[in-house]
Amino acid sequence: MHRREFLQILAAAAAAGFALDSPSLLAAQDDGRLYDVPKFGKVHFLHFTDCHAQLLPIYFREPDTNLGIGGAKGRAPHLVGEHLLKSFGIAPGTREAHAFSCLNFEAASRAYGRVGGFAHLATLVKRLRASRPGSLLLDGGDTWQGSATALWTQGQDMVDATKLLGVDMMSPHWEFTLGAERVKELVEKDMAGKIEFLAQNVKTSDFGDQVFKPYALREMNGVQVAVIGQAFPYTPIANPRWMMPDWTFGIQEEELQKIVDEVRSKGAQVVVLLSHNGMDVDLKLASQVRGMDAIMGGHTHDGVPVPVPVANAGGKTLVINSGSNGKFLSVLDFDVKDGKVSDFRYKLLPIFSNLLPADAAMATYIAKARAPFEAKLGEKLAVSEGLLYRRGNFNGSWDQLILDALMEVKGADIGFSPGFRWGTSLLPGQDITMEDLMTQTAITYPQSTLTEMKGSQIKAILEDVGDNLFNPDPYLQQGGDMVRVGGMSYTCAPEAVVGDRIRDMRLHGKPLEADKTYKVAGWAPVAQGATGQPIWEVVATWLKAKKTVSTRRVNQPALVGMEGNPGKV
Amino acid sequence: MNVMRRSVLRSMGAGSALAAMLVTGLIRPIQAFAADWSKAAFEAKTVPDGMKAIGASGAAESKDVVITAPAIAENGAVVPISVVSNIPNTNSISIFVDKNPMPLAGSFEFANGALPDVAVRLKFSDTSVVRAVVMAGGKAYTSHKEVKVTAGGCGG
Repeated sequence: MHRREFLQILAAAAAAGFALDSPSLLAAQDDGRLYDVPKFGKVHFLHFTDCHAQLLPIYFREPDTNLGIGGAKGRAPHLVGEHLLKSFGIAPGTREAHAFSCLNFEAASRAYGRVGGFAHLATLVKRLRASRPGSLLLDGGDTWQGSATALWTQGQDMVDATKLLGVDMMSPHWEFTLGAERVKELVEKDMAGKIEFLAQNVKTSDFGDQVFKPYALREMNGVQVAVIGQAFPYTPIANPRWMMPDWTFGIQEEELQKIVDEVRSKGAQVVVLLSHNGMDVDLKLASQVRGMDAIMGGHTHDGVPVPVPVANAGGKTLVINSGSNGKFLSVLDFDVKDGKVSDFRYKLLPIFSNLLPADAAMATYIAKARAPFEAKLGEKLAVSEGLLYRRGNFNGSWDQLILDALMEVKGADIGFSPGFRWGTSLLPGQDITMEDLMTQTAITYPQSTLTEMKGSQIKAILEDVGDNLFNPDPYLQQGGDMVRVGGMSYTCAPEAVVGDRIRDMRLHGKPLEADKTYKVAGWAPVAQGATGQPIWEVVATWLKAKKTVSTRRVNQPALVGMEGNPGKV
Repeated sequence: MNVMRRSVLRSMGAGSALAAMLVTGLIRPIQAFAADWSKAAFEAKTVPDGMKAIGASGAAESKDVVITAPAIAENGAVVPISVVSNIPNTNSISIFVDKNPMPLAGSFEFANGALPDVAVRLKFSDTSVVRAVVMAGGKAYTSHKEVKVTAGGCGG
C-alpha cells in the first residue's frame, strides 16, 4: 500500500468514526497479500459473471435482505450482513467484510474505494494466468447489458472488451434482449474463433434442434476438460418472448445429464457447468445430475465466499456463484489423479480498483469505446443527498427514486418498478449523471406505462411475482427480486402459498378494493408493441427539475414470519 | 441443423405433418371415430367426470407413464407436453389439464403395435396439474405433473 492511500484511509476512517486501531485499518495494511493465490493442481478456471457491462470501477452495495424460504433458510446464498460474515468466518470491519456484505457501506466505500472495472480485472486476470498456463477464463453472461454504451452499441463495446480480456467461453441471459438476430450476428461474426458461446438448453421451438454449441472440450496441461453452457432457463418468461420467438429454453435436466455422459465418454476428466441458472436452481440441479465437478454460476448476483459441495448419485459437485458488476473474480484450481478430480482450491477475489493498477491496453480500449458518448454520459442531472442502491429482495433507494419520479410525472396512485438485481450504487453527495441513470435503466424495452388496474389485478401481479421469488421449489423461481412498489403499502408473508402471500394492501392508509380502479405507472413491459416514453427520459426530466434529490423513504412491506431469518440484517 | 427436414415440412404447410400421421393410421384421435362416448369425455367439466367417461375411474398411479413438461410454461397458450407409456399393450393415452374449463385436452389410440409416445401443445388457462391416463390391457394407469403459468417480467 502506498503511504498516500494509507493516509487517505486513515482520514476517511477517522471521519467515519472508526477508532484508529480498529481491525479495518490493521487489515488494510495486509492488502498486498489479498491477490496472492498460490497455484494448485493442473486445471484452472477463472470465472466472472453478471458484470452488466460495467467497464469502469463502481460502488456496489450487497443486499441487506435476501431471504431463504423452506430448505434455503439460513443457507448460502441466503445470508446477509453479520450472518454472512459469521457463517464464512470473515472478520467485521475488514476489506473482505466490505466486499461481501452491506455493513457500514458508505464509510467502507469511502475507505476502500471503487470496485470492479475491466482494466483492473484485466490486471488480475493477467497475473493469475501468468502462474496458471492453460487456464480458461469463463464469463457467466449478462455481459452485453447494463450500461448506456452497451445499449447504444448493441453489445459491441462489451463483445470487444471481453475479447480483449481473453474470455474463452460464455453463457447467456440478457444478451438475448438484443434480439435473436443480433445475438447470432455477434456470435457468428465477432466472436467466431475467439469466444465460445455455450448454451445446451437453447433449442429451436419447432424441432428442438440446438441453436448454439452445448459444450466445448479442451486439453489443459495434459488433462481433458469440458465446459457445458447453461443459459438462463426462463429468459422468454422473465424478458420479452418476442425478442427470441423461435427459441425455447428451460432447465433441461435430462438433456444435461446426457451431455455430461457424452463429454465423459469423450474423455473429459474435469467437467464444469458454466451456468446462468441462479444459485438456488444450481444447488438443486447439482443434487439431480451426476458427473459435474463444479457449477460456476451467476444470475442471482450472489457473491458467496466458499463453494457449496452438493452430494448426488455420482459423487459431489461444487456450486459456486461469483457475484456481479465486475466486483469479483473466481479462481478454481483442480488437481487430477487417475483420470478424475482428486482435490481443489477456491478463492472468490474482490476487485479493489485501488489495489490493482489499471491494465494499459484495456484502459486505452475503454477510453476509445467511450469517447463518442462522453458528453452524453457525463451530463449531470442532479445531486443525491442520500445513498442510492438497488439490490435487496423488496426495494432499494434507487428504485424508490425511479418510482417517485414515475408516479409524479404520470400522475399515478401506485408505481411498479421491476425487481432487477443489476444496477450499481451512488454515495451521498455524488452527482447523478446520465450514465448513472442508464446503469439503472438501460434495456431494450424501456417504455414507461400508465395503466388502469383493479385492486384484484394489482394483488394478482404481486402474488405472481412473489411466487417467482419465494416458491420453495428453486425450479419455480426466476431469480429476480420482488417488483418494487410505490405509493401503496402491503404486508408480505414469504412462507405462505401463492394467493396468500400478499396481504393488507393499502393506499393512503385505506385498504385497496378488489373492484375499484387505480392508476398504476410502470416500465419495462414484456408484451410486444408497448409504447411510452423511455423510463430514462421520464426520470432525467424529473431529476433536472429537482437539482438536488433528498434521501428517499424506501417503501418496504411489513414481513410476516421472517423474525430471525439470517437473510435479513 | 436439419434445414432439409424443416423446409420439407414447411412446404407441406402448417398442420400437414399431423394430418399425414393420421392418414397413415399411426395415431387416431378418439374423436375421429368414436363420437358417441368421446363427446361426454371432452365436454366433462371436471377431471373425475372426464376420467369416468373414458372408463379410467380409479386409475392406478404409475411411474411407467412418463410426462415431460416444463416446470414453468414459456407461453401458456402453447405448452409442449409429451407422454410416453412404458406399459405393455398400451391402447390409449389421454391427457387432462386439471384447471382448464374442459380438462380433457386430447386422447390417442394406438393400434397394430404403434409406439405409445405422443407430443402435443396444450393451452393452459392457469397454473395447473397436467395428467396422463393410459389404458392398457383393460386397466387404467396415470401420472401427473404441475406446470406453472406466470405473467412474466421482472427477472434478474
